[in-house]
Amino acid sequence: MLRYLAGILCLCLTVGTVGATDHKELVVYSGRSKGLVHPIIKQFEKETGITVKVRYGNTAQLAVALLEEGEKSPADLFWAQDAGALGAVSKQGLFQALPESVLSNVPEGFRNGEGTWIATSGRARVLAYAPERVAAEELPNSVFDLTDAKWKGRVGWAPQNASFQAFVTAMRVLEGEEKTGKWLRDMKANGAKRYPKNTPIIRGLASGEIDLGLPNHYYLMRFKKSDSGFPVEQTFFGTGDAGNLVNVAGIGILRSSSHADEVSSFVEYLLSPKVQQFFISEVFEYPVIDAVIPSEKLLPPDELLKLRPDINLEKLDDLEGTLKLLREADIL
Amino acid sequence: MIYSQTRPFPPWYFLVPGIAVGAGVLLPLVYLIVRAFGAEVAELIQIVFRARTVHLLGNTLLLVVGVVGTGILLAAPLAWITARTDLKGKRIFTLLGVLPLAIPGYVMAYALLGLSGPYGTFASLFGPSFPNLQGYWGALIALSFYTFPYFFLNLRTTLLGLDPAIEESAYSLGSGAREVFFRAILPQLRPALYAGGLLVGLHVLGDFGVVSLMRYETFSFALYTQYTAAYDRIYAAWLALMLLTLTGSLLYLEGRLLRGTKFHRTGTGVSHQASPISLGIWRIPAYVYLCVLTLACVVAPIVTISFWTLKGVDGSYMQDFLQALSGSLLVSTPAAFITAAFAVPLAYLGVRYSSSICRTLERGAYIGYATPPLAFALALIFFFRGIPGVYQTIWILIYAYTIHFLAEAIGPVRSALYQASPRLEEAARSLGYRPFKAFLKATFPLLRSGVTVSIAFVFLATMKELPLTFLLSPAGYETLAVNVWSYTTEAMFAEGARYALAIVLCSALFVGLLLMRGVKKTYSYAEAPT
Repeated sequence: MLRYLAGILCLCLTVGTVGATDHKELVVYSGRSKGLVHPIIKQFEKETGITVKVRYGNTAQLAVALLEEGEKSPADLFWAQDAGALGAVSKQGLFQALPESVLSNVPEGFRNGEGTWIATSGRARVLAYAPERVAAEELPNSVFDLTDAKWKGRVGWAPQNASFQAFVTAMRVLEGEEKTGKWLRDMKANGAKRYPKNTPIIRGLASGEIDLGLPNHYYLMRFKKSDSGFPVEQTFFGTGDAGNLVNVAGIGILRSSSHADEVSSFVEYLLSPKVQQFFISEVFEYPVIDAVIPSEKLLPPDELLKLRPDINLEKLDDLEGTLKLLREADIL
Repeated sequence: MIYSQTRPFPPWYFLVPGIAVGAGVLLPLVYLIVRAFGAEVAELIQIVFRARTVHLLGNTLLLVVGVVGTGILLAAPLAWITARTDLKGKRIFTLLGVLPLAIPGYVMAYALLGLSGPYGTFASLFGPSFPNLQGYWGALIALSFYTFPYFFLNLRTTLLGLDPAIEESAYSLGSGAREVFFRAILPQLRPALYAGGLLVGLHVLGDFGVVSLMRYETFSFALYTQYTAAYDRIYAAWLALMLLTLTGSLLYLEGRLLRGTKFHRTGTGVSHQASPISLGIWRIPAYVYLCVLTLACVVAPIVTISFWTLKGVDGSYMQDFLQALSGSLLVSTPAAFITAAFAVPLAYLGVRYSSSICRTLERGAYIGYATPPLAFALALIFFFRGIPGVYQTIWILIYAYTIHFLAEAIGPVRSALYQASPRLEEAARSLGYRPFKAFLKATFPLLRSGVTVSIAFVFLATMKELPLTFLLSPAGYETLAVNVWSYTTEAMFAEGARYALAIVLCSALFVGLLLMRGVKKTYSYAEAPT
């Protein structure tokens, strides 16, 4: 036993020494999953010769870790799944201003006012439904119609999911605290079923637990990719409805980074037509620049822009208020 | 007579590891208390001290009781059959009985969810569907299905080391089979049951993956919401401290229940191995039980995962796969051995020395286990951030694994220690061995099967660990579990499946090697005297 231990310790020592970090690389904390962004990172490494070390994790957990690390963070970039997390890190002053050359790439709605973070792709909130149990013409025109007795116990949502909370924040901005609070309470009273995140909502629709759901737009497309007969469909609410919020995934450069040139080229790379095209065709997300070929499965960007509620994404960083409202409604 | 009376103070080589662990456990506590002081009273009442928290606590306790009960029911017959009967194939069933531990909780939940319901795998393979698993029962089933091996292995270790003389005496005194079980065997199984119960209980308290997928709200739900929805570290710290208080009371309870227990042989003579019981016609129900258990807890989830791979495998990223595989093995293997090495002195302190300091040190390991992993990782970031050569290296990851999973390793060693008589060590010392050598020569060989199980537990747990790995591993360092999570969370089950299967396969191989060695050893001991 002791001999084994000694052997393993030696092995471990070797690995530890070999694995010690070389400080010339770029370190990215990515709340975007490996499944979505790995090919992009590999391609970037190949084209530029810069090594990128990625820490994959949950967006919010990485944000909390960044807050805890503060100025001593080894990270150069934080690539997050939603605007809220970027806002939380930005508020603590942990991001540096992005270079103008990067900011000028995207329209104003896709970056924050201080220019500390920038969107890399768009993700829309949609209404998913089970066509076997709900006919297309029955579908509600507004997210507010979901409190109708007709939908009692038939709707699924994910109140602890960041995208859902961003949507509630948008609703507060658009419709006011009172109306939003009432909607939440009415939804709860109407027996809305709670799911931990988007994927289980889609599964719940397929398995017959629920008939309507409020997920992000791209999950269903991934299910359909491997199973074209998957018994779930999705659509948008009426024009400008809060339920059609278009949130973003985005990236910011940390103040602790000392690789100015490399980080800019990484961010610019993400905004290049090639990578944006990848987001459309492989990840099924909306592009943030114009120079791309539209996909059949996604709405053309200008139609999406018409459908979405008119809201400044920066206003989505008041998460505190949303959580308070969710708590008051006894949902969180 | 018992040398703890003549040597009330433990020797340094037991005390130093104990204190090192104690300090390791204190770090997260200090961190949580530092953070908790940042709170404001009004917010605290709004977020932490409200009726909903009590409701969630109630839900959590209900689930703990349910999972512990179900776990014992699933594990006890399996342990008895594999340890005490002559059933053919019991080695295979021993291995199969451990395998559920290799399945990450959220994968088990996904598998059960994917299996059940009208659009599930079961329905598409066989036609009829069974109802969707969800809520309390869904969580109960998923959790019991992969945590029952904690009971199984703890019980099996104890049953293998049980001195049959006690049962024989009971029979010779005219007791019936039932009385023998309740009065002679069951009391001796208590340390194993408590150790398993504590592990499973603490696991349920801290679980988030399964309960959230099954849509059953427990206390950790509130905790995770606070960290991940509010980016808040202050009120989350209060919730974590509340959880630790609950753990503290469970520990106190277990300590009280075990106080003053001794199960080693005190009379003269040599203990012998119980001869295997022939099952006769009862073999058939035994096989039925074993097959149903294996089907439900091992075959069904693995088939479901394999089913995902069928939906679209491509050979790309083989290099990534191998990198993740070696990444997992290179932290899990050393962590398993180091943790077991720490577990021996700690269990020894807890069992052989009655002073409250020794007991507290041993209990400390459970506090480390019960600290929510996310808070644990943040604490290590808080204390070690920016220190070159330490922060975000594989060392800090192994350190975190060791402190966090030590509790899993202590139970089996402790159960074995209760059966090892201190007199053997005294005899060795009277023959002129120095104390440490006496321990190695006389006691350690008796702990071998316990230590083996400890290594297996920690290996299995670290192979599927997520929150600590996410935040503490070197940037760019990947493990199998991180990949499983990365893909399944984006509904890319086909891509994630091979990583999940690799976890199960590696775990099976590793545990298989360990256990087969252990089984051979016990056989050779049993056969030696003839």
